[in-house]
Amino acid sequence: MRNRCVVLMLVSALAVALSGCGRGPDSGEQHRPVTVKGSDTMVILAQSWAENYMKEHPGLTIQVTGGGSGVGIAALINGGTDICNASRPMKPAEKNQVRSRHGKDVKEIPVALDGLAIYVSESNPIQSLTEPQIKSIYTGKITNWRELGGKDARLVAYGRENSSGTYQFFKEHVLNNEDFAREVQTLPGTGAIVNAVSKDPASIGYGGIAYASGIRVVPVRKDEKSEAVSPSLATVKTGQYPLSRNLFFYTIGEPSGEVKSFIDWVLDREGQKLCEAVGYYPIIQK
Amino acid sequence: MPLPKLQRIGILSDRFAAFIIKGSAFVAILSLILIFVFIGKEALPVLTSPEVRSEASLSRLFLPQVHHAGEAAEFSWQPISDVPKYSLFPLFIGTLKVTLIAALIAIPLAVAAALYTSEFAPSWARETIKPCIEVLAGIPSVVVGFFCLMVIASWLQGAFGWTYRLNALTAGIGLSLAVIPIVYTVSEDAFSSVPQAFREGSIAMGASSWQTASRVVLPAAMPGVLAACILGFGRAIGETMIVLMASGNAAVLSWSPVDSIRTFSATVAAELGELVQGSPHYHVLFFIGAFLFLLTFVINLIGRWWVGRLQKKLQGAF
Repeated sequence: MRNRCVVLMLVSALAVALSGCGRGPDSGEQHRPVTVKGSDTMVILAQSWAENYMKEHPGLTIQVTGGGSGVGIAALINGGTDICNASRPMKPAEKNQVRSRHGKDVKEIPVALDGLAIYVSESNPIQSLTEPQIKSIYTGKITNWRELGGKDARLVAYGRENSSGTYQFFKEHVLNNEDFAREVQTLPGTGAIVNAVSKDPASIGYGGIAYASGIRVVPVRKDEKSEAVSPSLATVKTGQYPLSRNLFFYTIGEPSGEVKSFIDWVLDREGQKLCEAVGYYPIIQK
Repeated sequence: MPLPKLQRIGILSDRFAAFIIKGSAFVAILSLILIFVFIGKEALPVLTSPEVRSEASLSRLFLPQVHHAGEAAEFSWQPISDVPKYSLFPLFIGTLKVTLIAALIAIPLAVAAALYTSEFAPSWARETIKPCIEVLAGIPSVVVGFFCLMVIASWLQGAFGWTYRLNALTAGIGLSLAVIPIVYTVSEDAFSSVPQAFREGSIAMGASSWQTASRVVLPAAMPGVLAACILGFGRAIGETMIVLMASGNAAVLSWSPVDSIRTFSATVAAELGELVQGSPHYHVLFFIGAFLFLLTFVINLIGRWWVGRLQKKLQGAF
């Protein structure tokens, strides 16, 4: 994790240094790099887009930096980046800031889909969970499987560390920004959560769908009345699966020039194919 | 005449070696100072910057806070929240709990093992046990942590049926694996440096070998054993990876050894990775780092003073 931090710092330092050069008075317009900044969840995805795009378009530079969706949005408002990566939609207040600062509306472009699975142990008989139930589990209001129709066993909830984008998403979308219960155990990485859940019959965890082995993914219902849905490409794509989210690009006004051709490439077949390679879902079906 | 030339080379290489040794000692001191200055600089805004203090002042770090009107004041570590909560108390309890557990397991085992290998073991046993324990020190702590997470946690839960697989005791057992080699090696050295004449004298007076070991060798080596314990304690406080993987990392305020804990070091390791530099959270984590630094420093200082006192007392007895 520290290594990643160092790499991120180096990359951002390099980005700052290079973008400084690029904006110098004597450099030509075509050498100015395209900057992409924002969500940490999307850094790997955006990086792989940028690498492949640069391979196809030698001479063009795309710089990707993380920092979090909030950091990216702030940079977009301050004019510090061409494209902002965000794993959450921009708030109306933030959109207004862009309008008043730049006189243009912000352009929202969904570029990929992400789904979040709820894991339980394979021996756990629970059939499905509703979103409010999941929220009650992670805010500490439900502490026993009996309350969910299971057997009488103290519920052990596993979650991610608070530096994780998945933690943020879960907190915003499932807990409606309430705090996690203190008893929620946090583990470094989705792999560790899967391991722990597979060994612990009374536990529950969350994480990416791609990781699910040795454990059972519980179908989720939006509320009491709706049907239970398992996460899959189809259900995430149609939005039937409740714990899915769009990943966005934001630009100021309509994108143009190199920024536009990069975004077009991302939304085209090749760009979308890369989504699956790094564990997300394409937003556009061929 | 070859001799003066050889002598000159000898003197030169002597000086060179002295320079290198002196240099490396200074590098150690210099890097310690640099690290402290860096940590201190990043931790200082917790005391000085009004922006950081509005979220994380000292009283918020150390005193119970009322977060929702009408509810009781509480200690809570929730740095990512609408109302960030930075109470260090649960982390302190967690660190203390796991360190004590690890020390309670590791110190008796390691000191007894050292006493056995230096006083009782036949030479073949000594030649097997010593390298084995020393190899234990070479196992990367992430491997020990993973072993705890996967194997020890399941054994313990299977045997005792605890609610939480990952808890202070599991982490403490893992941590003791890291502490044992340190305590063992240093106290073994202390036992073997007790003069042979002590043992001979004791046996000559008619003492059994157990009486000799427990009433002559152990007291004579006490300063060294104590130093070993302090080193082990310091290692346990700072160890990160084992507790990060095996303790569950839930900042629960409880004294029960089978509840999950979150330690200072694991918190810094888990949260520093992707933080916005200069945010209150960032400075609080460095403040924790400085606090840990001071804690080990003070423990070492007290330990040294104590070791010195013991040594004086022992020398006075002769």
